[in-house]
Amino acid sequence: MNDWVDHCDLLIVGAGPAGLSAAQAAAEAGVAAVVLDDNPRPGGQVWRHGPGFAPPRPARPLLSTLARPPLRYLPGTRIVDAPEPGVLLVEDEQRGWLLRYRQLILCCGARELLLPFPGWTLPGVTGVGALQALVKGGMPLRGERVVVAGSGPLLLASAATARQAGATVVGMFEQAPLSQVRRFALNLWRWPGKAAQAAALARRGYRPGAWVVEALGTDALQAVRVQTNGRVRTLVCDRLACAFGLVANTELASMLGCQLSAGTVAVGAGQRTSVEGVYAAGECTGVGGNELARVEGRIAGLTATGRHAEAAALAGRHRRWQAFARQLQASFELNPAIAQLARPDTLLCRCEDVSVAEVAGHTGWAQAKLHTRCGMGACQGRVCGTAARALFGWGPGNPRAPLVPARVATLGVYGTGGTGDD
Amino acid sequence: MIIYLDQHAVEVPGGITVAAALAYAGSSASRRSCTGQHRAPFCGMGVCQECRMQIDGQRRLACQTLCRPGMQVERSG
Amino acid sequence: MTTQAIVIGAGIVGAACAAALAQRGAKVLVLDDGRGGATGAGMGHLVAMDDNPAELALTHYSLGLWQGLRAQLPERCAYRGCGTLWLAADEQEMALAMGKQALLAEQGVASEALGTQRLAQLEPMLRAGLAGALKVPGDAIVYAPAAAAWLLQQAAGVTLRPATVQAVQGRQVTLQGGERLAADIVVLANGFGAKALLPALALRPKKGHLLITDRYPGRVSHQLVELGYAASAHHSEGTSVAFNVQARPTGQLLVGSSRQFDTLETRVEPAVLARMLARAVAYLPALAGLNAIRAWTGFRAATPDGLPMLGEHPEQPGLWLALGHEGLGVTTAPGSAQLLCALMFGNAPLIDARPYAPGRFAEGQAA
Repeated sequence: MNDWVDHCDLLIVGAGPAGLSAAQAAAEAGVAAVVLDDNPRPGGQVWRHGPGFAPPRPARPLLSTLARPPLRYLPGTRIVDAPEPGVLLVEDEQRGWLLRYRQLILCCGARELLLPFPGWTLPGVTGVGALQALVKGGMPLRGERVVVAGSGPLLLASAATARQAGATVVGMFEQAPLSQVRRFALNLWRWPGKAAQAAALARRGYRPGAWVVEALGTDALQAVRVQTNGRVRTLVCDRLACAFGLVANTELASMLGCQLSAGTVAVGAGQRTSVEGVYAAGECTGVGGNELARVEGRIAGLTATGRHAEAAALAGRHRRWQAFARQLQASFELNPAIAQLARPDTLLCRCEDVSVAEVAGHTGWAQAKLHTRCGMGACQGRVCGTAARALFGWGPGNPRAPLVPARVATLGVYGTGGTGDD
Repeated sequence: MIIYLDQHAVEVPGGITVAAALAYAGSSASRRSCTGQHRAPFCGMGVCQECRMQIDGQRRLACQTLCRPGMQVERSG
Repeated sequence: MTTQAIVIGAGIVGAACAAALAQRGAKVLVLDDGRGGATGAGMGHLVAMDDNPAELALTHYSLGLWQGLRAQLPERCAYRGCGTLWLAADEQEMALAMGKQALLAEQGVASEALGTQRLAQLEPMLRAGLAGALKVPGDAIVYAPAAAAWLLQQAAGVTLRPATVQAVQGRQVTLQGGERLAADIVVLANGFGAKALLPALALRPKKGHLLITDRYPGRVSHQLVELGYAASAHHSEGTSVAFNVQARPTGQLLVGSSRQFDTLETRVEPAVLARMLARAVAYLPALAGLNAIRAWTGFRAATPDGLPMLGEHPEQPGLWLALGHEGLGVTTAPGSAQLLCALMFGNAPLIDARPYAPGRFAEGQAA
């Protein structure tokens, strides 16, 4: 191996529940897999841990597989390009290099659906999972007043983390109506371990059918305006965590040529994508929680290592958690009013500071980009492009290299690393 | 441990991210936007780029970088 | 009676033609398929190029016209009179720079030779030890999509209509769906897209890659181009790269350039991108550690001699061509438009129009 090229039999992208489950299956088969993740610590979003926040119990055996050879774990590593079939261009803090693989399992997870509303760019406003992630990364929260808003069960988990960190949760606002949330709660007994969530949904201070219409403050957040039952009131707070559910991360799959379906990576039996040798598992194939992600990751890992009977045996469990995913999606469907929260002067593109009004007059994403710079910044449209899809129904363009901001030197590796034309 | 934020020494607990460390310096702001607004870590998971800063000479994401003793962190423009 | 004109293509050349026609009192309908072309994909440089007298005449003429527009251009057009530094790696290239200076001077284009030290002072990010540079202070950069949109907006009597043209025959235009339009003047200004309408046109696509960094203000001040750029630009086969960097007003560095023939594959090609970047890093070593945020490709419409086709179609009266600008469409759009209008309205153009005559590539046909 030279410095520029690395090889593996099985490459697993993502060290969350799906990726770790796939890695465990590979480890059982003695396959030399590489697990790559852009975070400095494994666990993905749901099993994120840090000082004062130990990983949850079910995560521990899976996390420990990462330390077991022949498996190799590459934290803090980003995928920059897929320059040819079977090769990814990657970089970490030190260098860029090419990673050749025979098989690939995509466990890229999901990101939050972050939608614009007045004041959403103020320091103190974050996503919902974002607040959890920042707190688990060591952000102090003691004594702060926190509002959690948006949509989905993640609101509860985020509020719990905030409380654990010493914050006071002064309000939890779920945009879905009470009737839908109640139906979701009443159905939770069907899935093991979900009953506690039902109890939390009934907790005082959790308000369905309510949402934040504006974040107030000059240089930082000072209060939010919340709409409940058609009435708007102001609530003083230090932090607002607000997101409207999750969106599958499909950029890499799309670049590899994998078929997408309804904004997720399309998979068939054994978690196979439309591209030979490429599998996908977990939230990038559809949002459904960590239990579904674990089953899918395991199925992908078993299939990739040729243990088809074992994979097939998991079909029942898989179906059960798929039903949960469907229940989840139906219950927390987005109220059209949420897409109307932004005012004309509200920024849509946070990288280039482009307002909703500037973008709204255009006929599509490509035109809006070209004429307003919306989506031309460092996030590459991951925030504003996703929001524009929710607001205007525009589809994003095809992902291109660099898939994430990457050093120029890394993009220069392909020509110099024994691959490419010179 | 000590890290340096815009050349000022800041004492932070071990094992935390640079995004988390900002709060120990008194302001969670990570950068100014192109029209001059203060911005702070937003998505917390390496997507939104609001927390990109100069860290030891490279532009990196504060939310995906762990503090190291002596680390030089600068708010970027 | 008011002249009725149809311009096909709302890129920088089409927009300049529409604006120039409107200036002469014509009523102009601009048709654009919205697919975007070289205007959106290119670098937006306004540069005096001197590879042959006709190229220099048209670029110099156009730069003067851009200068005239400068005061009116809104900020979103991002006009910056940053000048170009033509970089000489060694003494041999410095001799080329001096020759270039003489050529430019003949046309009245001012330039200044810079030695090693002066160059290092002006652009400290450049690698040490370059022999020098030729500074052309009159060159500039612009954000071409905004400039094209502005040219259309500010002109009275111009209507932009999103439409895909299916066929052109003289003064007749057929749209997708069968609708037929006619005008006194039809201008074909849709770059390589014209090849689909008139397959005999002597146009070939020349693919280019570009990459842009995150914002790093103050690192580079001028447009930087290696003197070997012209050689790369005039290759007619194979793949070539040349160092070309602009400091955009955002503080981003826009990095070019590559040229490839006869491919219409829009994909960013990792090997070409890597080669182009290696070239750029050879001139700007610290670029290696900066974050790139986007790369893309585009297609220049190139003629066999590298000069545009400006004039009436030799066999189709009423059909005028403003095509084949290769990498200089943004620079030469205003000059091309003025020259074309002068020919249309029977005025004497301010520069000799013959080198750009569409009929020059073959006997009896425009191909």
